[in-house]
Amino acid sequence: MDTSKRGKQEYDQMVKNASPNSPILTNCLKAFFSGGLICGLGQLLLDYFSKSNGEEEAALLVSATLIVLSAVLTGLGLYEKLGKYCGAGTIIPITGFANSVVAPAIEFKKEGLIFGTGAKMFLLAGPVIVYGTFTSMIVGLIYYFVGR
Amino acid sequence: MNGKKIGKQTVRLSEGVRILSAASMVGKKEGEGPLGKYFDKIVEDSTFGEKSWELAESRFIRENMELAVKKAGLKMKDIDYLFCGDLLNQCTASTFGIVEFNIPFFGLFGACSTMGESMSLGAMLIDGGFAYYALTGASSHFCSAEKQFRAPLGLGNQRPPSATWTVTGDGAVVLGKKGNYPCITEITTGKIVDMGVTDANNMGAAMAPAAVDVLLNHFQDTGRTPQDYDVIATGDLGEIGRSLVVELLEKEGYRLDGRYTDCGIEIFDKHTQDTHNGGSGCACSAVTFCGYYYPMLMSGEIGRMLFVPTGALLSPTSSQQGQTIPGIAHGVVIEGRKKKEEAK
Repeated sequence: MDTSKRGKQEYDQMVKNASPNSPILTNCLKAFFSGGLICGLGQLLLDYFSKSNGEEEAALLVSATLIVLSAVLTGLGLYEKLGKYCGAGTIIPITGFANSVVAPAIEFKKEGLIFGTGAKMFLLAGPVIVYGTFTSMIVGLIYYFVGR
Repeated sequence: MNGKKIGKQTVRLSEGVRILSAASMVGKKEGEGPLGKYFDKIVEDSTFGEKSWELAESRFIRENMELAVKKAGLKMKDIDYLFCGDLLNQCTASTFGIVEFNIPFFGLFGACSTMGESMSLGAMLIDGGFAYYALTGASSHFCSAEKQFRAPLGLGNQRPPSATWTVTGDGAVVLGKKGNYPCITEITTGKIVDMGVTDANNMGAAMAPAAVDVLLNHFQDTGRTPQDYDVIATGDLGEIGRSLVVELLEKEGYRLDGRYTDCGIEIFDKHTQDTHNGGSGCACSAVTFCGYYYPMLMSGEIGRMLFVPTGALLSPTSSQQGQTIPGIAHGVVIEGRKKKEEAK
């Protein structure tokens, strides 16, 4: 095998030619509609909860319901099947966040409640929380100095 | 040196080492695949009645190795050396699988090339006169491998088309000196080949150059061509890796035709089993060889086979640190059992 830089570049091109691409357009469409359906469900829930609650409580109840639903589906092994089909459609909404917490919590149960479930629960959601908080801080600072 | 080494990377065993028996146990998905009927046992439960997937993998190893020894008509105490390995950190699946056997053990890590590595070492040890019987094998488990290398099973993510599906199971053979059995005649040991692939979801592409390197060296060392073999089977390159091997060897002037396949392509039906690029894992080549090819070598249907398990030498850490994925492959030539009249 030619392991020189040129050889590697040539091989890289061969690999690109030989490897099929993900069906991006179909994936986008599936994500768009499935994500939309979840948001639609959220809106229905919001309308329902708004009947007997204030605006803020109703919004909290919607989030809580979707999180519980997603956690249960993950526990039953159904969310991974949905995720395979829907892709970003089930990852982006709050249901995806719940799934990313519950999945490792279940997976690492065998390593115990502390080093397993407790430590690994935020394996995937941790970065989202860290950088989400960090980004909101930056945006807050920009708003403080510029936006007002 | 007593002249057993030929060329740069190949050894020719003086009397050949016999494969006295082969056993294979697989999980449910493998049992539903095209090779399902060839395996000795199909275990429907992914935890095999154990507390964890890791222990399940150990149980696959234990039960299958016991079966291989039983099929050879031997007892565990007759075995002089055991060679095996798996994909889990520090090869713990093997350790807990074989701890009760109480026989001398060499633990191996060759990623998914482990079956080739263990057969090579076992055969050389016997041919060198250091053992009468060696037990060699390799295992992997879809769930324990996903947990260690990828994402939790319950995570709703998508796998790219180039991803492979880790085979659950264990394959093991008993090697010995005598008898009319399929015979290991030559071994071409692979080098690590790194062509700079970094995509852990395209391991076929990462390993293909290592397989090509072994095949080229094997043909040059032995003076043979692909047409001198009835079957050439790489380990777990899948469709992408296979096409790359064909292309790369063609550039070197060797034409691979229908006789060349990949165990990762054979073991699953990609259209109905959603396995994308094919099967992978140590067990992929191990169970395909033990379950599917060994009986054909026994019947003499395959006269000469070149078995080339392939491995991607990565860890989650090396991958996350942006390292490339070096590949390795090990070539083992197995000659089919001679028909009775020929044997005389």
